[in-house]
Amino acid sequence: MAPRKNAASPNRSGVAKTTKTRSAKTAKPVIGTEIAEFDRDQEIAAYREMLLIRRFEEKAGQLYGMGFIGGFCHLYIGQEAVVSGIKLAMKDGDQMITAYRDHGHMLACGMTPRGVMAELTGRQSGYSHGKGGSMHMFSKEKHFYGGHGIVGAQVSLGTGLGFANRYSDNGNVSVVFYGDGASNQGQVYESFNMAELWDLPVVFIVENNRYAMGTSVSRASAQTDFSQRGVSFNIPGHQVDGMDVRAVKAAAEAALEHSRSGKGPIILEMLTYRYRGHSMSDPAKYRSKDEVQKMRSEHDPIEQVKVRLLEKGWASEDELKAIDKSVREIVADSAEYAQNEPEPDPSELYTDIVL
Amino acid sequence: MPIDILMPALSPTMEEGTLSKWLKKEGDQVTSGDVIAEIETDKATMEVEAVDEGTIGKLVVPEGSEGVKVNAVIAVLLTDGESADAIGSEKPAEQPKSSEPESAPAEPQSASDAVPAAPVAASVPSDPDIPEGTEMVPTTVREALRDAMAEEMRADGDVFIMGEEVAEYQGAYKITQGLLQEFGARRVVDTPITEHGFAGVGVGAAMAGLKPIVEFMTFNFAMQAMDQIINSAAKTHYMSGGQMSAPIVFRGPNGAAARVGAQHSQCFAAWYSHIPGLTVIAPYGAADAKGLLKAAIRSPNPVIFLENEILYGHTFDVPKMDDFVLPIGKARIHRAGKDVTIVSFGIGMNYAVKAADELAGMGIDAEIIDLRTIRPMDMPTIIESVKKTGRLVTVEEGFPQSSVGTEIATRVMQQAFDYLDAPVLTVAGKDVPMPYAANLEKLALPNVDEVIAAVKAVTYTA
Ligand SMILES: Cc1ncc(C[n+]2csc(CCOP(=O)(O)OP(=O)(O)O)c2C)c(N)n1
Ligand SMILES: [Mg+2]
Repeated sequence: MAPRKNAASPNRSGVAKTTKTRSAKTAKPVIGTEIAEFDRDQEIAAYREMLLIRRFEEKAGQLYGMGFIGGFCHLYIGQEAVVSGIKLAMKDGDQMITAYRDHGHMLACGMTPRGVMAELTGRQSGYSHGKGGSMHMFSKEKHFYGGHGIVGAQVSLGTGLGFANRYSDNGNVSVVFYGDGASNQGQVYESFNMAELWDLPVVFIVENNRYAMGTSVSRASAQTDFSQRGVSFNIPGHQVDGMDVRAVKAAAEAALEHSRSGKGPIILEMLTYRYRGHSMSDPAKYRSKDEVQKMRSEHDPIEQVKVRLLEKGWASEDELKAIDKSVREIVADSAEYAQNEPEPDPSELYTDIVL
Repeated sequence: MPIDILMPALSPTMEEGTLSKWLKKEGDQVTSGDVIAEIETDKATMEVEAVDEGTIGKLVVPEGSEGVKVNAVIAVLLTDGESADAIGSEKPAEQPKSSEPESAPAEPQSASDAVPAAPVAASVPSDPDIPEGTEMVPTTVREALRDAMAEEMRADGDVFIMGEEVAEYQGAYKITQGLLQEFGARRVVDTPITEHGFAGVGVGAAMAGLKPIVEFMTFNFAMQAMDQIINSAAKTHYMSGGQMSAPIVFRGPNGAAARVGAQHSQCFAAWYSHIPGLTVIAPYGAADAKGLLKAAIRSPNPVIFLENEILYGHTFDVPKMDDFVLPIGKARIHRAGKDVTIVSFGIGMNYAVKAADELAGMGIDAEIIDLRTIRPMDMPTIIESVKKTGRLVTVEEGFPQSSVGTEIATRVMQQAFDYLDAPVLTVAGKDVPMPYAANLEKLALPNVDEVIAAVKAVTYTA
């Protein structure tokens, strides 16, 4: 494997970088370096949220193995701090949109584990009545706009959400997630240009988990610092330790404030890592077990919170176990539900095609 | 000789305009670039410049005239030493002929229409004879495709492959297994996820004389690249008057996979078959996959090569020959029969074959034609069969409207109406995006029972 050029590592040292733009708008240079101070309740809430995503994904993996879930199923394990931290900074009304690695985003948006899991098993009570599956789920109520299978397409769509916000002057910001691989699609740059040209309230979140399927960042990208991909459009960008939920939240707060205040789009590159294969069928031979193990043992987003809680005496081992237990119960319940709900009625085949 | 100044067309759609003002009068000297008049169209007021040098001899159309036709003579320019008397001694200027003929030559609907501009029907050779005693090797479609590419890459240094995950990962569906090891990174190229970009890069490389094979991880993602495929690859030969072409193969899995939902499950055979300039191939078995992919790589034309993920792992016999190449544009009688003709292609053949087996048990002898090439379409083979059976059913997984089946039905109706004993029936996927749920997905796809029911309907058997 070719060495990564300007390789970004989810190590906190020296990750902060501020885009130099010729635009008069300058973002606070602290973005990406600052760490939000969490109190006990916030740490516990973040721990619980991330644990829910992890346990949910582990269960989804199991159900896939048992044949209850079919097709493509992309797990978010390892990246939990990204969506959890960003959600903590979002206001009600802000929209979220992402690609197919979307289960964590939906849970973070407050969509129910039962509804998501039932969609994964293709049941009537799933969010799309079983018609969407893992990659295509939506919740208007929770301002979650999907769930998209075509790499990069959600970036233009999310920019459109920002356009609508600006158009109706509703004070909301669209938060658009995409991967390091998606960062090379042309429509991403077409969207950047329009977003900056029209000062759209959009926060672009690159989830750089170092791989697009089997292709490492340095094998696909001439510029591997994705926070700098907006430079030629005068869009500021910052790298953030995406394994530390506090850093994510601090950066997201600043970025959302930037966009909400009318300064236009901003890019946050989340340095993160996926532990599992790209999808369930990926043997992941393109990286070493050691590499994965090192990330798990040294940078795990959930473990980091756990250690802090214990060190500060904010929670005991038993209290944390109790949280884990209650999360496991929620997930087990969703799995039980998703396996026993009926499949969609055959008549659903012809519903929801056009209005 | 006096020069006629004509009413200019100031936009591609302008047919007439108002000559609002003359800025020169008779007897004035003009040189090229002088503004001589102002013309008003429904969109704008434009200035008319003189092109030639001379003296205005006559202003033919007076100021303020409306509805002056494009190319009408509006003034006459006298060159050196000419007097105004010269005007009119010439026969009136003829309206330059528009390059558009009065009516476009009709595209013939059948081969028998002898319109001069009819396309030349290329005679398609038959499949090569497989010598007696040739060893038949059970081969998966996956291996056959890989072998075809490897053989062509060995034979021609200008052939290379590029696409997402084709090299180090050995192909998302392992079609390019081993190619990087044999041919190296110069000829087996991993691309970023940038379909529109690398499709264009492929077409450009083809214009420069290379023979790219561009793999789309699936054809769903080729929609990102549609413009380069249609506007660049398909039309270059025509637009350049035959100077330049794009010998490129776009290949990858097409059609429904299993449980991957609406954005990842659709058949593009009918889409591409709509486009003049493209060749569209959709093989079913491994031998056809190999022989036709080799032909596609050698073809001087852009070829869309539609594979199917579900068929990749299926095993078929492939003749062990040094250079097994099949003709593009030739359908294959997969099974001979006399009662009904079933035409299908790609994975649709699975339904056709199973249905024919069951129908045999009911005493109905079905002939199956595997189209293999969707464009150009082998109508002679279909029509020969229909002449014999009088009944036709088409089978495909794609959407029903404007499908390959409806195209076949139209042509058979136009070219062999008298031979039909029943309306042509088309079996296709349902007119819905592909659902994820297992039960709905099954309902959305065609099935063997639907093929049997269609055959019974056209053969009037209960
Ligand atoms: C347009 C398009 N091309 C290819 C694919 C196949 N594909 C699905 S995910 C993926 C990798 C994307 O990687 P990245 O953007 O880094 O996101 P990650 O999977 O790491 O979350 C590819 C190539 C696709 N879905 N859409
Ligand atoms: Mg990635």
